[in-house]
Amino acid sequence: MFDNLQDKMDRVFKSLRGEAVLNEWHIDSALKEIRVALLEADVHFKVVKEFTAKVRERAVGQDVLTAFSPAQQVTKIVRDELQELLGGSQVALAVVGTPAVVMMTGLQGSGKTTTSGKLALHLKSRGKKPLLVPCDVYRPAAIDQLRIVARETKTPFYEIGELRDPIRIAQDALKEARTMLHDVVILDTAGRLHIDETLMAELQRIKSEVRPSEILFVADAMTGQDAVKSAREFDERLGITGIVLTKLDGDARGGAALSIKSVVNKPVKLVGMGEKYADLELFYPDRMAQRILGMGDMLSLIEKVEAEVDRKEAERLASRVAKDKFTLEDLRAQLQQVKKLGPMSQVMKMLPGLGAQKIRDEDVDETAIVRMQAILDSMTRKEREYPQILNGARKKRIARGSGRSVQEINQLLKQYLAMKKMMKSFSKGLGPRKLAKFAKGLPPDLLR
Amino acid sequence: MAERSFFQKLKRGLFMTHTEVIEKVKEAFTPELGVDQGVVDALEEGLLGADVGAELTGEIIGKLEGRIRDKKISDMDELARVVKEETRALIPQHVMQTIDTTKAKPFVILVVGVNGTGKTTTIAKLATRWKNEGKSVLLGAADTFRAAAIEQLQMWADRAGVPMVKHKTGSDPAAVAHDTVAAAKSRGVDVAIIDTAGRLHNKSHLMQELAKVHRVIDKELPGAPHETILVIDGTTGQNGVSQAKAFLEAAKVTGLVVTKLDGTAKGGVILSIMRHFNIPVKFVGVGEGADDLIPFDPNDFVDGLFDAD
Repeated sequence: MFDNLQDKMDRVFKSLRGEAVLNEWHIDSALKEIRVALLEADVHFKVVKEFTAKVRERAVGQDVLTAFSPAQQVTKIVRDELQELLGGSQVALAVVGTPAVVMMTGLQGSGKTTTSGKLALHLKSRGKKPLLVPCDVYRPAAIDQLRIVARETKTPFYEIGELRDPIRIAQDALKEARTMLHDVVILDTAGRLHIDETLMAELQRIKSEVRPSEILFVADAMTGQDAVKSAREFDERLGITGIVLTKLDGDARGGAALSIKSVVNKPVKLVGMGEKYADLELFYPDRMAQRILGMGDMLSLIEKVEAEVDRKEAERLASRVAKDKFTLEDLRAQLQQVKKLGPMSQVMKMLPGLGAQKIRDEDVDETAIVRMQAILDSMTRKEREYPQILNGARKKRIARGSGRSVQEINQLLKQYLAMKKMMKSFSKGLGPRKLAKFAKGLPPDLLR
Repeated sequence: MAERSFFQKLKRGLFMTHTEVIEKVKEAFTPELGVDQGVVDALEEGLLGADVGAELTGEIIGKLEGRIRDKKISDMDELARVVKEETRALIPQHVMQTIDTTKAKPFVILVVGVNGTGKTTTIAKLATRWKNEGKSVLLGAADTFRAAAIEQLQMWADRAGVPMVKHKTGSDPAAVAHDTVAAAKSRGVDVAIIDTAGRLHNKSHLMQELAKVHRVIDKELPGAPHETILVIDGTTGQNGVSQAKAFLEAAKVTGLVVTKLDGTAKGGVILSIMRHFNIPVKFVGVGEGADDLIPFDPNDFVDGLFDAD
């Protein structure tokens, strides 16, 4: 639905060639595109206004650098500013006190209970002994839900018995934590509207009774313009200490993160990235900036590749590519590596230029890799090392062996040659631009 | 059940904030200057702030500017009327449709949506509504994924006094859906409502699972589900469009329920959804009580976007 911002900006700056400084007209046209991109990403309109004004100030009159295209240059300013607004660096959780108290707050359905479980697991992996405490006495089965979450994350759970007063529950849980030597108490409070006077006052009372070292505002990444109002109200009433952004594994661009950050000026500390309890990650402002702009999640991809791909194998492949010796045998090894990265659709989404909006899961045929592998497996080692020997008779044999058609084998060979060519140019320097070009240039049948 | 009007209910929540748009416009408006850029900008910000989205806001403002040029608009009331007219024109005509459960027996409703939008609560409200109208209702707990989802629906079923079909957590949701429809047929109930697990619409395996649930229901009772309701959180921004698209493809959504409109969010994204996909909004959620799920009225919705009172 939305064009990639970089593409749009490239178009804006096409007419700039030959000029020495970025002029106002060009910058204003670019800023128009940026404004729409930010609004479509759900950044609050006031924040967008301030932000574009700031970028304009920085961009006007800058020398056109030869190393970058003007579009890249403005994008870089935008990204740097965004990153700064989102918080220059990571802020760690404040887990202070005996026990430390972490209070989970937010609107209904933002994901407080699930995040409480994820947080417990996160703290446990850091050697803490958390206690999960249900303070949501209103929503049906909320207590049961947290009890199950506690069981599934193997975290001690505070049984409230007949207690139905969230303030008493919090106080009693603290006492229990002291005797049982839990060093962190996680209070899962009920979801509430920020305009609900009674329930907001309840949170204030809990806060003054148990003095949390961390009051987290749990916010849904899909939230629109209202994020500003709810976050501001929670902050004014409670003095939140940090933000958890949930459901970031969806395709929302997450402009709410920027809105909230700029209004309450509290750091985003954690992000929810999936349905499993381990899917809670630290917040990286740089990645978020790129995501909001629809620039892909390059860093995440690189990191993922680094974590999953056997480094030695990767280096071996890289040197083969560099020496132009990339064979079908290498392609086969590479497919194994790619499979380790997870669904192809996810990998592709992280590439800039493709963007989350452009690739839907159904666009990517996950079985394509399986089919390619079947064909490669049916070849002899010699055939994989020297693809040029593949003649009609050999191809027919491979087709029979793999259960695929000769056309498919030819297609694979075509893809292989195209890949080989691209990888060669790719290996000469690894910049995001090249990588994007590479991704775009991938044979479409690799996806379909 | 005395039903307060959509507008009265909305006002309760929106009173504090809906003044903003019109107030801002009033501030920018002077009778001497008429409608100038300041007024248009204020309206634009009002629409953006209501989650109407950049694309649609641009369109509304464009049309408005055209009309201002053609015919000098010189007073606030006229301006407000024109803006509302242009906004109202974006809503397809048939959106007033409510859910007519008498069209089939059992009338099967499948409820879908992303995580945390209020599917279970919406089902509870729908069940209570139809139970109070004297219909027999059966619930199906096909959210077998989330911790305590079945217990949550069970508590609502008990409160509303309606039976529920359930399996264990972790079981196949399609099997629950199947059994719910089969039970609805054999017991001769009027309405069967099936809950499903919240799922992010970009996860293909989960969407395929949902498509399967839909298929299984259709197989057990051809033509069912008679309604597939997508529950959209009223605080959702532009991502709502992407949600609607994906759920429409996987589960043939026939209507929307927009929840949480009793806060300060205005739910403007549903304008885009109705526009792009021609899906009507059936109900809006404006509170926690069982009667706080009220039929959608396009005129009141548009009034709500702009008006204070």
